[in-house]
Amino acid sequence: MTQESILRVRDLHVEFETNDGMVHAVRGIDLDVKPGETVAIVGESGSGKSQTTMALMGLLASNGRARGSATYRGQELIGLSERKLNRIRGEKITMIFQEPMTSLDPLYRIGRQIAEPLVHHRGMSRKAARERVIELLELVGIPDPARRVDAYPHELSGGQRQRVMIAMALANDPDMLIADEPTTALDVTIQAQILALLAELQRKLGMAIVFITHDLGIVRRFADRVYVMRYGEVVEEGETSVLFDRPKHPYTMELLAAEPTGRKAPPPLEAPILLEGRNVEVVFGGGGGWFSGPEAEIRAVDRISVALHKGQTIGVVGESGSGKSTLGRALLRLLPSDGTVRFEGADISAADKRAMRPMRKELQLVFQDPFGSLSPRMTIGQVVTEGLKVHEPQLPARERDRRAIEVLEEVGLDPAMRNRYPHEFSGGQRQRIAIARAMILKPKVVVLDEPTSALDRSVQKQIVDLLRDLQKAHDLSYLFISHDLAVVRAMADHIVVMKQGRIVEEGPTDAIFDHPREAYTQALMAAAIDGTPFRQQAGAFE
Amino acid sequence: MFAYVLRRFAGAVPTLFIIVTIAFFMIRLAPGGPFDLERPLDPLIMKNLERAYNFDKPLWQQYLIYLGNLAQGDLGPSFTRRDFSVVDLFRTGLPVSIQLGGIALSIALVVGVFLGALAALRQNTWVDYMVVGTATFGITIPTFVIAPVFSLFFGVMMGWLPAGGWGTWQHMVLPIATLALPQIAIIARLTRGATIEALRSNHVRTARAYGLPSYVVVGVHALRAAILPVVSYLGPTAAALLTGSVVVETIFGIPGIGRYFVQGALGRDYTLVMGTVVVIACFVIVFNLVVDVLYAWLDPRVRYD
Repeated sequence: MTQESILRVRDLHVEFETNDGMVHAVRGIDLDVKPGETVAIVGESGSGKSQTTMALMGLLASNGRARGSATYRGQELIGLSERKLNRIRGEKITMIFQEPMTSLDPLYRIGRQIAEPLVHHRGMSRKAARERVIELLELVGIPDPARRVDAYPHELSGGQRQRVMIAMALANDPDMLIADEPTTALDVTIQAQILALLAELQRKLGMAIVFITHDLGIVRRFADRVYVMRYGEVVEEGETSVLFDRPKHPYTMELLAAEPTGRKAPPPLEAPILLEGRNVEVVFGGGGGWFSGPEAEIRAVDRISVALHKGQTIGVVGESGSGKSTLGRALLRLLPSDGTVRFEGADISAADKRAMRPMRKELQLVFQDPFGSLSPRMTIGQVVTEGLKVHEPQLPARERDRRAIEVLEEVGLDPAMRNRYPHEFSGGQRQRIAIARAMILKPKVVVLDEPTSALDRSVQKQIVDLLRDLQKAHDLSYLFISHDLAVVRAMADHIVVMKQGRIVEEGPTDAIFDHPREAYTQALMAAAIDGTPFRQQAGAFE
Repeated sequence: MFAYVLRRFAGAVPTLFIIVTIAFFMIRLAPGGPFDLERPLDPLIMKNLERAYNFDKPLWQQYLIYLGNLAQGDLGPSFTRRDFSVVDLFRTGLPVSIQLGGIALSIALVVGVFLGALAALRQNTWVDYMVVGTATFGITIPTFVIAPVFSLFFGVMMGWLPAGGWGTWQHMVLPIATLALPQIAIIARLTRGATIEALRSNHVRTARAYGLPSYVVVGVHALRAAILPVVSYLGPTAAALLTGSVVVETIFGIPGIGRYFVQGALGRDYTLVMGTVVVIACFVIVFNLVVDVLYAWLDPRVRYD
């Protein structure tokens, strides 16, 4: 505590001029970072945590303005000229971003991009820089760096791109690294690798890290000190262990409690099987034009059998590309597949569109993206009742409206808002609308495809509660697809772990969580649930 | 890449064949013929003419004869300009059109990209408003208005430049300006939009976050991305400009090939129309290929194999 801060932020304000007037994104915050320290800034979307660091890096959007003071080793950063600021950013303070897919220039080789800060800050020759870049790539764990140095960003995976960003950030031995949600866009096991890498590099190189995140699990394992932000203000700060054990501010408590809790009891043994897939297989053909070579086949779902009982929730977990969404769609017959699919005992594998239509009412789907899956030109009343018009066309308009009111109340929305348009609602509210759209048809089976993944933790919890309430009230069966194990644990009574189109492990939720047998499941669990600090387990994922 | 180019050329042959076939029969569907004059010709002369030009044969035979000649690079005789073959006409006219169109295109590209990028970098300042305003103006006013106004004002009233004709560089200024102006406007707008988008992109933010000097941020990272839509636009535009403009060539009296299409169609000069179709089709095919190759070179994500 006696050490001098390298970064001192005092009464920092950030404002954006918008068509709806001035938006005050950051409202006078104080923040200190000491040498070699890891500081986390935690908050939900819109809390101003990213804009704080954007302001001190001079990266605010053109309509943004910063006020107050932020000094780096005595040098005021706010209002500093571009030329002087460029001597600090990329040299003393570097940054990695949330979007590994787009943060690198797609048109240039990664070697050249990592070399740029070396060439421009250190005056290194391209050749010397190249040597250093290969060293850096080695350091961040890119295999075969001497060859990969000439790769283009699109030839690398998301995790590798984030490693490249880290290499670029380390190029000039920075004093401080700002990591803005560096793992949010990545799969859990990749997340763990990136975090372990950052922890290890910090131990080796000794720079300070400012970690911006909404994920408290990461904070607990990674940070020395925490700032909790909400509505542009710091509501609480302190040592990580103290803050987690004895939170003082109600919002911090709320955040800490936001981890979905509770368990779902399995349905009675005699519960009938509602939806069953046997040896379901989905193969996507790749390419196949006049001039191209032989078709490359991708086996997205490889002979999977599942049986969903009445009142049951099966959690399907796995990383992106494991085939979990494809399985969900195949079971709803939204994709052509091989194998048998039975609904209430009847074989629907061969049913065409027309034959499926009456069953669609019973088999509903809720998507991940609450922004893209609602038509922006329909009021939510129209969105919610659209399915009724198809499945119960004889229903008079007044009755439809009554059902809409009923279902909106049930999902916790004010029915008076049903003449508004989707853009007027928050992410969580939109997901409620999407759920209402499925529920109004009184379905028996609902496939929930990552319904909480795009939402903040506290909102996730509310949606999980809502889904559980609805299940209890209507005796629904869920197929719950998610990569988020905390949510799956709270939702499902049976778990299926998928990898590369196959089931690697399945069983009752508690058994899977407490005694995972397969290495892959163990890795998934370790990445998501494990509470041990990263510093002690750095290397565990290599 | 080389294999790709070869494949594209191989693909061009059937494309060209289809275009020629459709054009051949379409022009023949039009009523009248090349020898229908105000005062009808003597039937005997008419018959001799028809025999000389194979018009007495069935249409499908004429088509095959045309294809056979075309394969040997013979576009046939012109019907309205009796002393010339179509190839002769293009041999004298095409260089003029290419020269005019090529210079106009180069100017449009340089000025358009410069203005567009400048407007994007000074977004929402008077510079931006000037460029966008002028560009909108340039797109709205058609060449058949610009050309006579230029000719009248600079040529007749001011007497600074020749109002029409061909020969010296002074003759080229007004037609080139007329051709380039709308293209400058379109390219400037395209560049501006793409640059603004590129400047907001995450990788440009990365470049700024790493303290790279602004000439690198803009010149290396933003502009290369911004130039891509312009490159796509250039393919068909280059083909159109280099094969001459009917309006500009007619108003300024320039001996290019742009006039031939309309004149040939009106005079039922079958071979001239067909020749123009073949030349324009070839230009379009070649320039689309050039653009695709250029695009792949600029954007490594695009791969042809």
